[in-house]
Amino acid sequence: MALLEISDLSKRFGGVRALKDVSMNVEQGEVHALIGPNGAGKTTLFNCISGLYRPEQGAVRFKGRDITRKASHKIPQLGIARTFQNLELFRNATVLDNIMLGRYMHKRTTFFSEALFLPKARRQEVESRRKVEEAIDFLDLQPYRNRMVAGLPFGIQKCVELARALTLDPELMLLDEPSSGLNPEETQDLCFRIEDIQEELGITVLLVEHDMRVVSEVCDRVTAFDFGEVIARGTPEEVQQHPEVIKAYLGEEEEDAAASA
Amino acid sequence: MFWQLFSSGMALGCVYALIALGFVLIFKATDVINFAQGEFMMLGAFVAFSLIHYAHLPFWLTVILTLVIMAAFGVLLDRTVMRFLVGEPTFSMVMFTMGLAVFFRSIAGMIWSTDTYTFPSPLQGGVIHLGTVAIAQGDIVVVFSTALLVLLLFLFFRFTDVGIAMQATSQNQFAAYLMGINVERIFSLVWALSAMVAAVAGILLAPILFLHKDMGFIGLKAFPAAVLGGFGSIPGAIVGGLIIGISENLAGGFLPLWVKDVFAYLVLIAVLIVRPEGIFGIQERKKV
Amino acid sequence: MKFKLKKSYMEDLELFEYKSDMVWYGAILLFLVLFPVWAGNYWTYNLTLAGVYCIAALGLNILTGYTGQISLGHAAFFAIGAYTVGYMTSILGLSYWLALPLAGVNSALIGLIVGLPALRLTGIYLAIATMSFAFIIEHVIIEWPSVTGGANGLIINRPSIGGWSLNTDASYYYLVLIMVVLFVLLTKNIIRTPPGRALVAVRDSEVAAQTMGIPLAKVKTQAFALSAFYTGIAGALFAPLINFIGPDNFTIMESINFIVMIIVGGAASIHGSIFGAIFITLLSEFIRVGKDALPTFMQQQVGFQGAVYGLIIMVFILFEPMGLYGRYLKLKYLFEVFPLYRKDTFRREKKFQKTERTR
Repeated sequence: MALLEISDLSKRFGGVRALKDVSMNVEQGEVHALIGPNGAGKTTLFNCISGLYRPEQGAVRFKGRDITRKASHKIPQLGIARTFQNLELFRNATVLDNIMLGRYMHKRTTFFSEALFLPKARRQEVESRRKVEEAIDFLDLQPYRNRMVAGLPFGIQKCVELARALTLDPELMLLDEPSSGLNPEETQDLCFRIEDIQEELGITVLLVEHDMRVVSEVCDRVTAFDFGEVIARGTPEEVQQHPEVIKAYLGEEEEDAAASA
Repeated sequence: MFWQLFSSGMALGCVYALIALGFVLIFKATDVINFAQGEFMMLGAFVAFSLIHYAHLPFWLTVILTLVIMAAFGVLLDRTVMRFLVGEPTFSMVMFTMGLAVFFRSIAGMIWSTDTYTFPSPLQGGVIHLGTVAIAQGDIVVVFSTALLVLLLFLFFRFTDVGIAMQATSQNQFAAYLMGINVERIFSLVWALSAMVAAVAGILLAPILFLHKDMGFIGLKAFPAAVLGGFGSIPGAIVGGLIIGISENLAGGFLPLWVKDVFAYLVLIAVLIVRPEGIFGIQERKKV
Repeated sequence: MKFKLKKSYMEDLELFEYKSDMVWYGAILLFLVLFPVWAGNYWTYNLTLAGVYCIAALGLNILTGYTGQISLGHAAFFAIGAYTVGYMTSILGLSYWLALPLAGVNSALIGLIVGLPALRLTGIYLAIATMSFAFIIEHVIIEWPSVTGGANGLIINRPSIGGWSLNTDASYYYLVLIMVVLFVLLTKNIIRTPPGRALVAVRDSEVAAQTMGIPLAKVKTQAFALSAFYTGIAGALFAPLINFIGPDNFTIMESINFIVMIIVGGAASIHGSIFGAIFITLLSEFIRVGKDALPTFMQQQVGFQGAVYGLIIMVFILFEPMGLYGRYLKLKYLFEVFPLYRKDTFRREKKFQKTERTR
């Protein structure tokens, strides 16, 4: 049984069919990429998994359970975390406060004990802070701890969002274009981090990516999309050589694919 | 009795619709939410009154002059103060224009004192009989004037360059700049237009009700009208205003009197529960 | 800038970051405790009124400042609190000390009910809906004389502890002072623990909050209820203070007054709520004093106070968006980093496209 099973998922927006009978699996422990031109439906798929969109038909199964119709705030409670293409950080809060939100759903205290700041609430706060610091260490965010998110460089903001997702203690992470907006050095760091997430933390990663170097370097398997349909599956090398994929990307990527193969 | 209530409700509704319309015009073009629209109406009515009462000008000359003065007022307000509100979050705008409303109310109190005046209008008086129903002439004038004004505005937005430019500005100010539209001038025009519409509303309303510095509070019912119809929609503002005016009047006639005052708000809340974006509103959702 | 070496996470959570802060706040508290002794009845009464508004401002800040839900109808909750006390003490003859918490609970329950339809509303829609709610409550007050005394209002006597009545300005002042301190501590605790962070998350990005497992509906309605609780208690303290309440005390202008307090003081800030409440309550005093400095013809104008009030709102929105507390912080920062202060440190980001505005 795969960790995440998507069967015959379809989603339309008015006349636009964003996803057409999409089926794919993500195995436990792998790093799996979704590639495809802009508008292919990759982010729509993520949004369906996260519960932000309701698909018209089809199912999403996580660890065997059907989560298609689950409310969006229940999804992280089941163990799925995600990041966003254009960042959805809490801009008027500090980095620390942002990452601390990742511990919200793990809390065991009642409002009463929080309002009176009873010892149980105190202990939980300190414990949450400890966990958050682990994520901060993992992503080298120490110098930015108390800075407001709004003023930080884009690459750092992306790390903050990643740290926030990590503190949820997820089993599956959905990363939407993690390398967009990063320079080559930062992209290399990202690759290392994804590898660490897979190996050290044992988290399964599903990512949407346009940068083929990242895909080749860190991914175990790739699923290619175009116009809302799956057009190829397999290892990075297999998919990049696939005629349908080359046709979808039309030219440019052909050179990239040849260069990194 | 029903038809009487209906027609006077329709007249009242037209006034609400006009205020809501002025409100929505500004919002569509500049994204500013103008809570002082009711006060624009009040000022328009007072200016007209002063011209008639103190300057002894004939009615039609007064109307034209009031429109010109209010238009100038709108432009002045835009160029001095509203300019700075562009780009601010909703909350800031709402509160700023509320402050403006309080300010204008106080200034009006200083200029015209806190007395209640009667507005002398040649359009009032007289009753027209349609079959067994007697309808006040004033009501018909209001409805007719409103319809005319709305038609003119519709033609303006549809067929003139300026109107189309206004629509463009309301969608995306940056893009409008890049397309060579003089956005600053459009803003001033919109404020002028909105102030004029409010002045018309004031001139139509004052004879029906009264003239007092707190008259703008009636305008507070126009905001539920705009929201009811779907905020940002011009037909919505008109439909909303009419719904509120008519239902409020009918409620006052057939239900205990005190319900009349709250009826508008109850209707609004009922509609928003069913349709949170208003009747013609578009549900905005952030795309992630 | 001052730097403190912290050796445990708990230190980061403390109420007072620096020992010197504790001294300052202690001094302020001492000043407040001794205030009635040297200030006299008139100023004690005014500061008590300011204290009541502090609690209301804190309540409104929780909903509007921290959770981002605009409410133009908080006078309704203020009224509910006041009239619950009025009904229970003056009409039913029950003890004030029973009525006070019940006023808060009653207000909170109604806040919860209001919060439910408000879930799907944002921005201007929510503002107008809350405004409508306040208008409805205003009319309910007038049309329900058996409970509220209708347009004639209600007389409410000061409560008593044991046999000792809180009739004097000073005695009631201490009651309100204690309540303000309690509510400030409560708010501080909420803000530094998960519930407070959830509120801010809902304000800043609903989508991200959902992906963090925060149940939007629950948090928003709870924010409404909590905010209503604060404001209800404020209303319950208000009623015996002014001895007589009528529908005129709870109009739309009162709702706007609350919002003005948090704008002037600083939204999403405890200090801001307090600064704002005190400033606006004492504004009429400031105007009175300042009036004497102006030429005579301006002094005698009847709408003068209103004009100043309107101007203050406008000036603060344009030039001091972070309110008085924000200005205080900016000045503090200026002095701390002097002479390395950079000119546009606090420049605001403006959004010119509809699509960029999320609120």
